Amino acid sequence: MVATTHSKQFESIELESGVVLSPVSVAYETYGTLNADKSNTILVTHAFSGDAHAAGVDAEGQKGWWDNQIGPGKGFDTDKYFVICSNVLGGCKGSTGPSSINPATGERYAMTFPVITIGDMVTLQKMLIDSFGITRLLSVAGGSMGGMQVLEWAVRFPEAVASAIPIASTARHSAQQIAFNEVARQAIMADPDWADGNYYDKKPPGRGLAVARMVGHITYMSDESMRQKFGRRQREENGIFEVESYLRYRGSQFVDRFDANSYLFITKAMDMFDLANGAQSLVPVLAKSRTRYLIISFTSDWLYPSYQSLEIVSALRRRNQDVAYIELTSNYGHDAFLVEVDEQTELIRGFLARTMKEVAKK
Amino acid sequence: MKGENGPLVHELFGRGDYGLISEIVEPGSCVLDLGCGEGELLAWLAEHKDVDARGVEISPAKLQKAIAKGVSAYQGDIETCLADYPDKAFDYVLLSQTLQEIRYPLQVMKDILRVSRRAIVAFPNFGHYSVRLAHLFNGRAPKTKLFPYDWYDSPNIHFLTVDDFEILAARQNWQVERRYFLSGTREVKSFPNLMAEVAVFVVSNR
Repeated sequence: MVATTHSKQFESIELESGVVLSPVSVAYETYGTLNADKSNTILVTHAFSGDAHAAGVDAEGQKGWWDNQIGPGKGFDTDKYFVICSNVLGGCKGSTGPSSINPATGERYAMTFPVITIGDMVTLQKMLIDSFGITRLLSVAGGSMGGMQVLEWAVRFPEAVASAIPIASTARHSAQQIAFNEVARQAIMADPDWADGNYYDKKPPGRGLAVARMVGHITYMSDESMRQKFGRRQREENGIFEVESYLRYRGSQFVDRFDANSYLFITKAMDMFDLANGAQSLVPVLAKSRTRYLIISFTSDWLYPSYQSLEIVSALRRRNQDVAYIELTSNYGHDAFLVEVDEQTELIRGFLARTMKEVAKK
Repeated sequence: MKGENGPLVHELFGRGDYGLISEIVEPGSCVLDLGCGEGELLAWLAEHKDVDARGVEISPAKLQKAIAKGVSAYQGDIETCLADYPDKAFDYVLLSQTLQEIRYPLQVMKDILRVSRRAIVAFPNFGHYSVRLAHLFNGRAPKTKLFPYDWYDSPNIHFLTVDDFEILAARQNWQVERRYFLSGTREVKSFPNLMAEVAVFVVSNR
């Protein structure tokens, strides 16, 4: 399956802050075929550092980030469903973000880019879906930050979402999650090359961005998976620990593919996200949704622990809303949602088939 | 002796109580199955009776199979999971062959009747003659077709009979709307406390 990233431009988008961003572009890919009554669309939402390339192989031979789950015969079966994935607003992979040119000045936005929210990301996705003439999504699915977008979709556009699959996610960040993001942001901003965000066409803040990514990778793994993967092994040639070598490699690799300012804006959007908008209880906000839920968490995920998923499950039960929930056993930590393929495939396949039947009935 | 006096009950997935439940539940109802296992019954009810089907299961392996069948089930403990639900959220809550395994069965029954208009409770009858005979002649904890476990690894922690349940229902002022007694695939019409292998009660609050 060869994947091509497309782009659509809209005249403007009004952000939650009231700021109007104009114009706005969204990069997206699609897989499978839209059926005649446009009832088989699944929107897949990506995690923090993901992009529109979710499945198949791109021109450079890179596999999509959820290729093990999207494709013919896979969990999101492209023989049956039409799958869309777009790069988030604020990103750096084709959608409008801080590295885009501000038409008013002819310069990059950099730190003049407006504050964006998870809600704004969802608004842009809705504009994309509308442009296809699709009024109702069969499902919205995603892990981590993707799961936040899923939840936002379910309460913001209840009539447009038949089912929702938030995986290893939360309705709001805990202090610990915000803390890790803040360490990453400070690492970027402490790099002199960051230059208040005006590093475009100069040397980017590679050291800061690499450190930020290293911290991220630690939080995506578990104690167990790190022991299994690296232990205390050292490299023969220079004596550094395997885990150090791995983190440095992941850090340096990330610098080539991610924009430091996007890092700042997107992590801030994640930290500010609160489905309940400051209220203690999730019950009233989730009561707005008209959606079946499949919620999945993982035993060793300490970044997005199961209690955060359970809080959502419990709130849905308060109104007797339709929810399936399972905590899968895995050693892979937060990464599990991208790695643990077989169980998730079985769950997603059954859940979608049932949803498709119910949609057809109504 | 297999209660020859009763009519044939149709079985579902090899179980008479499932067969009965599948007949009792009206189309389009909202049903919660406590201890739904791999979700066969709920998937059947959703498919054939257009039921809004929910399940609770404690075993992750079984739960996974249930969700893979498209059943809205979640991992939970029967004794605590009902607290979250609003009053009368369901038309039926099913408790199939589980009552005898619960630590606080009376509390669970009260919770069920709070969250549901009706409870359908099926349990193996400890008063069945085979159990009585096994105990009488062997002098050991009964190990029969109905109670196939050794005493030290049995999931059953309460041993109730048809009469025990009737007495509890009367004391709690529950209305027993319907009662069915099964022996194999046949319905038992007389001496249920002695002849029924499995009892199925449809209960509501008065």
